Amino acid sequence: MGFSWSEIERSFWGRAIIWLAFAAGLGIAPLLFRSGIAMTILSQAGYVIIICLSYNILFGQGGMLSFGHAVYTGFGALIAMHAMRMAGDSGGWSVPLPLIPLVGGLAGGFMAVLFGYVTTKKSGITFAMITLGLGELVAAMSLMFPGFFGGEAGVKADRVYGEPLFGFDFGPQIQVYYLIAIYCVVCTALMYAFTCTPLGRLLNATRDNPERVEFIGYSTQRVRYLAFIVSGFFAGIGGGLAAINFEIINAGDSLSIAQSGSFLLFTFLGGASFFVGPIIGGIMLVLASVLLSDLTSAWLLYIGLFFVLMVMYVPGGVASLIATNVAVVHSGKASRLIVPYIGLIVASVAALCGLSLLIEMTYHTQFETAKGPVMRFLGATIDTHQSAIWIAAVLYTALVGAFLRFACLRFMSGWEKIQEEMDAAQAIEVRP
Amino acid sequence: MTHALEIKALRKDFGKTSIIRGIDLAVRRGERVAIIGPNGAGKSTLFNLVSGRITPTSGEVFLNDSRIDGLRPYDIYRRGLARSFQITNVFANLSAFENLRCGTLWSLGYGYSFWRFLSDMRDANERAEVILEQIGLSRKRDVAASSLTYAEQRALEIGLTIAGGQDVILLDEPTAGMSRTETERFVELIRKVTEGKTLLTVEHDMSVVFGLADRIAVIVYGEVIAFDTPEAVRADARVQEAYLGSPLAMTSAGH
Repeated sequence: MGFSWSEIERSFWGRAIIWLAFAAGLGIAPLLFRSGIAMTILSQAGYVIIICLSYNILFGQGGMLSFGHAVYTGFGALIAMHAMRMAGDSGGWSVPLPLIPLVGGLAGGFMAVLFGYVTTKKSGITFAMITLGLGELVAAMSLMFPGFFGGEAGVKADRVYGEPLFGFDFGPQIQVYYLIAIYCVVCTALMYAFTCTPLGRLLNATRDNPERVEFIGYSTQRVRYLAFIVSGFFAGIGGGLAAINFEIINAGDSLSIAQSGSFLLFTFLGGASFFVGPIIGGIMLVLASVLLSDLTSAWLLYIGLFFVLMVMYVPGGVASLIATNVAVVHSGKASRLIVPYIGLIVASVAALCGLSLLIEMTYHTQFETAKGPVMRFLGATIDTHQSAIWIAAVLYTALVGAFLRFACLRFMSGWEKIQEEMDAAQAIEVRP
Repeated sequence: MTHALEIKALRKDFGKTSIIRGIDLAVRRGERVAIIGPNGAGKSTLFNLVSGRITPTSGEVFLNDSRIDGLRPYDIYRRGLARSFQITNVFANLSAFENLRCGTLWSLGYGYSFWRFLSDMRDANERAEVILEQIGLSRKRDVAASSLTYAEQRALEIGLTIAGGQDVILLDEPTAGMSRTETERFVELIRKVTEGKTLLTVEHDMSVVFGLADRIAVIVYGEVIAFDTPEAVRADARVQEAYLGSPLAMTSAGH
């Protein structure tokens, strides 16, 4: 890394500028992106960031691989929805809408108090298995009690109720966005602050070496349990914001293991060992589920491919990719990588075109037969009944695949050489 | 209250095998005790029993006259006993400074708090810096523990053990795997940082043992066969026969 966290931690202005930029970015984003789909993406990204950050308290900071995070976001959303519904029905005193996410937070926190007591008794694989079991259990329960969980139809509520607050009734999406944005900034700041407290640091210590933590006076079970509750609270806030955003919640989906899996997947893709990683991951999750799913019906397949490639070649996630490249730029050796990088990018795009053409053609012939043999791909019209096009696609993909392999090898040799040189330079620097 | 640590009739069986077969040991306050013995004699197991890593089959352990056998490691630590490990056992991804600061937190009363910033805890920060200086790692303050050299990691291991200011310190082979010059420097370090504390150390290097210890306990097959001053242990015929082989071996390193 080209910078150290402690340096930033010590510099007050460094921190202030980053946080102001973050808040300002969320503030002006709707002015820059005015379309309806942009509003959808921004609103969802706001709370998905909170959820992914809350997940990373467990995963990146505490080394707890949870497969059941959707339980806490889902319960937060459900209870928030019921609170909104009750507020709409009663007409009398009720929780004002801006505080509904806190209701969700308390619900998520409460579930974490309950379930965390069981799960955090264990660590490692046992912990992961228990969260998986509890996740399945809760998802199954949601079908048993349709009254509370809403059954197939889901739970609905109207977010516009009571007197408008300072002229805001939270009917228009833009008002909801700004509510989400404020929660996003505050929760992100609170979760960052958490990493700078004794419990936050002991959580890192418990991740690195649980045994030793017990020999410096702390119960690792207690550390994990408390962190689990903190994580559940913020997950619940994220769920509560989702409830406000959609005004409908389908418990079967939002409590599902698949939902938990996507938080894990994208937190990992963003970069679990960096605080900003889950923020990047959360944005990617929303972009993928809104834009990519609109673009192609095979979107989950592409995400799966991307995930496998990332795990294999960039296990630190996008954040580590950025950090290592920033370090290379700082070292002044980046110019040597320009040509290999161009080669790598050109080859990747070419290979992706070939691969996605094959995938899209296969999808089209298998699942979209009703639409006839002709499909559109990158502006071109393709007749999937012609065998020549299949042969051409396979040949092209094989060819650019070989080119990509060559570009990769060339890039890696340059990259590894630079890393070696940087390591050597660092060793000299710290030597007395 | 004259004894800092008192072990009475301690036994540990793994299945049908007895590893510790009735050990009695009373360590005076402020004393430095070296524990020696051949490989597999049960020295590390004894440390694990006393520090709560494993629970004894029978017998009692008293720390400052209160009973600690069977307690969890963090309970024993809170009552004033800290230990180091034979294989370096620190927080790999945390910096040297963060490692030490973690070690100070419980003793300074910060508990599990998450409403106060570490950077505002002046006592914890100052104490961590002081220990960093003592163990000679000030230069490596912000280097991750996993990136330190072996000797530096061993120093950090000691630092983490003493960070909380516990008054009974158990060091399990602190100089294992070190060169001669490193060992000499290290013995000085141990002497310095355990000033005024009660120290028990498992050690293979005889020059360290005879240079550092007020008394030496010799353990063979899970029993203490001698517990006396270095001179008396050196002269003890049973020790020479059972462990050291010949008087010549006493001066050379190794086992």
